[in-house]
Amino acid sequence: MKSLLRMTVAAGALLAAPTFALADCGIESGSVRILSNDFEALHVVAAGAEECASATVEVTKNQTTEHKNIQVAALTTNPATYTVAVVANNSVVPLLNDGLIRPLDDLVAKYGQNLEPTQLIKIDGKVMAIAFMANAQHLHYRKDLLEEAGLEPPTSYEDILADAAVLREKGIVATPLAANFKPGFDLAEEFVNMYLGYGGEFFEPGTPNASIVNEKGVAALETMKAMSDFMGPDFMTFNTNAIKPMWEASEVAILNGWGSRASALIDTEGPAPEVAANTVLAAAPTVGGGTTPAATLWWDGFTIAKNISDEDAEASFQAMMHGIRPEVAQEHAPVAVWLIKGYEPTPAAVGVIETLKAGAKPFPMLPYMGVLFTALGENLAEFMQGQESAEQALEDATQAYNTAAREAGFLN
Amino acid sequence: MPHSTFFKFIAPSLFVMLLFIALPILSVAYQSLFIEHEQILVEVENCGPFGCETELRIDTEAMDRANEESPMGRFNWLGTYANTSHLAFAEVGAIWRDSDGLIPALRAMLNLPFYKALIFTIAYTFIVTPLGMVLGFFVALGVNSIPRLLKGPVIFFSLLPMIVTPLVGSLVLFWMIDSSGVIGANLQLLLNDPQLSLKASPTLTWVTLFLYGVWHAAPFSFVVFYAGLQTVPDDTLESAMIDGASRWERVRFVVIPHLMPLATFIALVQLMDNFRVFEPIIGFSAAANATSLSYLIYNDLRGSETPLFGSAAATSMLTIIGVVILLMPVLIRTWRDFNRKV
Repeated sequence: MKSLLRMTVAAGALLAAPTFALADCGIESGSVRILSNDFEALHVVAAGAEECASATVEVTKNQTTEHKNIQVAALTTNPATYTVAVVANNSVVPLLNDGLIRPLDDLVAKYGQNLEPTQLIKIDGKVMAIAFMANAQHLHYRKDLLEEAGLEPPTSYEDILADAAVLREKGIVATPLAANFKPGFDLAEEFVNMYLGYGGEFFEPGTPNASIVNEKGVAALETMKAMSDFMGPDFMTFNTNAIKPMWEASEVAILNGWGSRASALIDTEGPAPEVAANTVLAAAPTVGGGTTPAATLWWDGFTIAKNISDEDAEASFQAMMHGIRPEVAQEHAPVAVWLIKGYEPTPAAVGVIETLKAGAKPFPMLPYMGVLFTALGENLAEFMQGQESAEQALEDATQAYNTAAREAGFLN
Repeated sequence: MPHSTFFKFIAPSLFVMLLFIALPILSVAYQSLFIEHEQILVEVENCGPFGCETELRIDTEAMDRANEESPMGRFNWLGTYANTSHLAFAEVGAIWRDSDGLIPALRAMLNLPFYKALIFTIAYTFIVTPLGMVLGFFVALGVNSIPRLLKGPVIFFSLLPMIVTPLVGSLVLFWMIDSSGVIGANLQLLLNDPQLSLKASPTLTWVTLFLYGVWHAAPFSFVVFYAGLQTVPDDTLESAMIDGASRWERVRFVVIPHLMPLATFIALVQLMDNFRVFEPIIGFSAAANATSLSYLIYNDLRGSETPLFGSAAATSMLTIIGVVILLMPVLIRTWRDFNRKV
């Protein structure tokens, strides 16, 4: 079995090798096995790392949207199935919780000359991950439609609701708003954004006790509900993929969407060039008189597995450093908001950069945040559809969190 | 057949059943009695691209020690079954004590995730199973009476809903019922209601899922009934005709009694299948309005970054118990038939 695996891996490396110019990454020998999510920026990084493949260095990759569901099992085995796990600030948590990734301080000292200090994700003083790109939900609006209605660009959710009313009244757009309200990840993320915008705290400080049933939580939900009145009737099934064609068909005028998808919406060579030309990106709006945007910041970065040989760890780190070298960020500037040295923001990055500058908070990396996030995703839909009160929805979510957190050992 | 020969004959399949059916179920049952160790949290400073913060973190070394001592976690006996996400005994008790009247009490019950999923699962099972069987039966009758030349293609098309993967079938329908899709938009025109959405209203979502379920389940009944129709004795039919029975009377008094054992078999299979309804909920993005027991299991395992194995195992066991209860009447009936024949 093992030899079969090795042969497959070797064959994979052989197949992959000729497509890239062989680069000298300074790796003597070792095996680099990358597990990551599946989108363009990560393809670029993995392709960069693959350039390091040589007679003595094998580089393989598995890029799948299912990465979150296999990473813990894959890194628990000894030796781990993958040497590199590319993660974001939510998916790194299970790896940290189970102690499956190694501190990178030595490797950073040895090979990290090109890293910016902000790229180092430090847990308890130790570098555990290297971030290379940022993401956030931020404002998209159609300047032509707003001008037609005689409106200024909105900067807060209150503006957005007022503008939406005008756009509808003047008959310019019947359903001026859209947001990712599909239950699960999308709905939970919208609530998290809004709740942080109101200055809410998810947990009592220093404890895993959820504290979302409060005025801020209710206000966040009420604002989301108010927005849904200006959306198409199917709003409970909206996610990024569902909204894109609606945006391109001019059915929506104002949207809080993901930065990682912004380049597709402003692509004047895409399916709707006129819409794209009039799409403006801006910082995520504030809410309730707050000063920081109602948004969470996300980073994507790489980690190195603990259960592998030091040789493989070193090879993996060097290969990944080659994958995120400054030239990559310069050559592929439009595909992501890179945190890499020497990156010049492109028009598609404006929204994320502005949101970052305006002081939005990062998505919490707490060990039990994922549990609350799931509970939120499953329990807010009934309120959004007018079947129960905001307090009830938040209490349901808290109850679901308490049950799950008890099972996971965070609460007693 | 001597007992020893019979045993030798059946042994391999018994072994396989034990290995692939009984053992996994036992392991799931065992898993459902455990929860994770109490997490040992320490306060640490975390830094990233967006600043530093003091946060709690799991002490992985201490946790490794705990996991080595008892890898299954903490023994929780039936605690997981009783908690809010499952049978919720405490909450149900409180609801019946405090609420005034049956309707508010039931409404409060349906706010509990397990009961919410259970009611949809049961409704789906008991609506889709009979409707699918009736539809399948009539399609079989129809196909049986068309000219031979057309039978092949007609059978193929009647089987299509079963051939199409459930997820793909539901996704195709999901796009068609979108408010800008071909069915959704025409319904809006027809009923003159631009806000009509088959995806937003809980009732319409349920109806859509039921219709999809019938569409998907009917071909199975059709195939089995159609095979059964080939075995209906011609002489009985002919004598019924001589007695002056109409077509409907022949179906009612000859064909249906003849196919009854098959109907029991189909009911058995379809009840089990429909009780595990899952794909359409994902395909139709219907989780806001309809969840099933299988969906709860999926959500426990895949919903968050940290899977809740104990919770998923408990729901699995409850699903198995549900299937057994559901099949009781059919099993009892089969047992009686068997005894009568002996």
